[in-house]
Amino acid sequence: MTKEHANWSPYDNNGGTCVAIAGADYCVVAADTRMSSGYNILTRDYSKITQLADKCAMASSGFQADVRALQKHLEARHLIYQHQHNKQMSTPAMAQLLSNTLYYKRFFPYYAFNVLGGLDGEGKGCVFTYDAVGSYERVGYSSQGSGSTLIMPFLDNQLKSPSPLLLPAKDAVTPLSESEALDLVKTCFASATERDIYTGDKLEIVVLNAKGTRREYMELRKD
Amino acid sequence: MSKSAIDGPTKGGFSFDLCRRNEMLVKKGLKGPSFLKTGTTIVGLVFQDGVILGADTRATEGPIVADKNCEKIHYIAPNIYCCGAGTAADTEAVTDMVSSQLTLHRYHTGRESRVVTALTLLKSHLFSYQGYVSAALVLGGVDVTGPHLHTIYPHGSTDTLPFATMGSGSLAAMAVFESKYCEGLTRDEGVQLVAEAISSGIFNDLGSGSNVDICVLTKGHKEYLRNHLQPNPRTYISQKGSFSKKTEVLLTKITPLNKLVEVIEGGDAMEE
Repeated sequence: MTKEHANWSPYDNNGGTCVAIAGADYCVVAADTRMSSGYNILTRDYSKITQLADKCAMASSGFQADVRALQKHLEARHLIYQHQHNKQMSTPAMAQLLSNTLYYKRFFPYYAFNVLGGLDGEGKGCVFTYDAVGSYERVGYSSQGSGSTLIMPFLDNQLKSPSPLLLPAKDAVTPLSESEALDLVKTCFASATERDIYTGDKLEIVVLNAKGTRREYMELRKD
Repeated sequence: MSKSAIDGPTKGGFSFDLCRRNEMLVKKGLKGPSFLKTGTTIVGLVFQDGVILGADTRATEGPIVADKNCEKIHYIAPNIYCCGAGTAADTEAVTDMVSSQLTLHRYHTGRESRVVTALTLLKSHLFSYQGYVSAALVLGGVDVTGPHLHTIYPHGSTDTLPFATMGSGSLAAMAVFESKYCEGLTRDEGVQLVAEAISSGIFNDLGSGSNVDICVLTKGHKEYLRNHLQPNPRTYISQKGSFSKKTEVLLTKITPLNKLVEVIEGGDAMEE
């Protein structure tokens, strides 16, 4: 007696890859702009990054309808926070809010794989990485999405400090300069695009630092 | 299942003896092996002097690109070539097999091979495997009877067409052909149209990508244009030049081998 399973799924995967790297006084959040479904490209020009607060940006890959709904929810909650506290939400606070929002739908999850990047209370870069139901961790760098399995080992090789057994525990942030981190991100995406069919078209990079927020674009392979 | 005398000698075809055991294993949770598919765009068209075949060069394993520049236009005979879509091992094996059969046939008959011969050998092989040999082919060539273009489906059916497309990018390519094809194209017009159709597949289908390969077949002459177009260069090369950080060494331990083995000085030499 085998159970009959639904032929219709409420989810779809629109592909894409997101990366975030935290520096001493900056944070880089990047994502490709390709939106796909199956073997088709829906659009080459879709932003997966949203600026939630002055010093906080979120990149999400997965099911973009759920991502959009999640972004709207967080933006609304941030607005309420600003009315009640007369200030912007800090990145660690936003990180906790995102986690709670995701877990709230534990039994019908947002099909969204998020990385949150920004500057913490002291102006240092911080990156938070999530799974679909809200488990999160503060890290120095992270990647999510279809190309993450290709990018993460490379970032581990370039950014991860040697084993904590050998050296005193190091800071989570990378010692790289902002331009070096940008070079690394661009290399990651150019390489992931070569081997992952769901990543490509264009790369959108958001850089948050003391001076404010800056957006940069780079062309990727379109095949 | 034993073969009784009435069945006669085992002919070709697939033996379904293990199917019940495979089903039982799947029910117990075994995941079948995955295949390397070419997720492809392949095309062919007939022009005034012969046949032009085209293909992309991406081979995929699910969502990952396994080979960025593979060859999908296979040699069958000096005057016959075949593009292959589907499982890479199947297209490779079936075209190699028919190619060697045709070589022997040429020695036997003393004549140039005909496209319909390759067609019949391929379709009967694929039919006898009931679609389990997952090869979708575009076969083209020029022989004494003229230029020919055929499509062959994994189950063994064939079509004879003036222009054809196969693979996951076939709709993108066919859209181009249906808009722009006409009879009596010149060589340059034909190559241009084939390149456009393959490019359409490369850019609009995620299963196809990288470069365009083209093969022009005319009476007594063939031109294999490998990587005729390369519209997808790498977009960014790091300013650093090279990434020097290698896998870190945590521990080095040297064990001299002569402590582990017995060394006999001047022992018997090894046998040849």
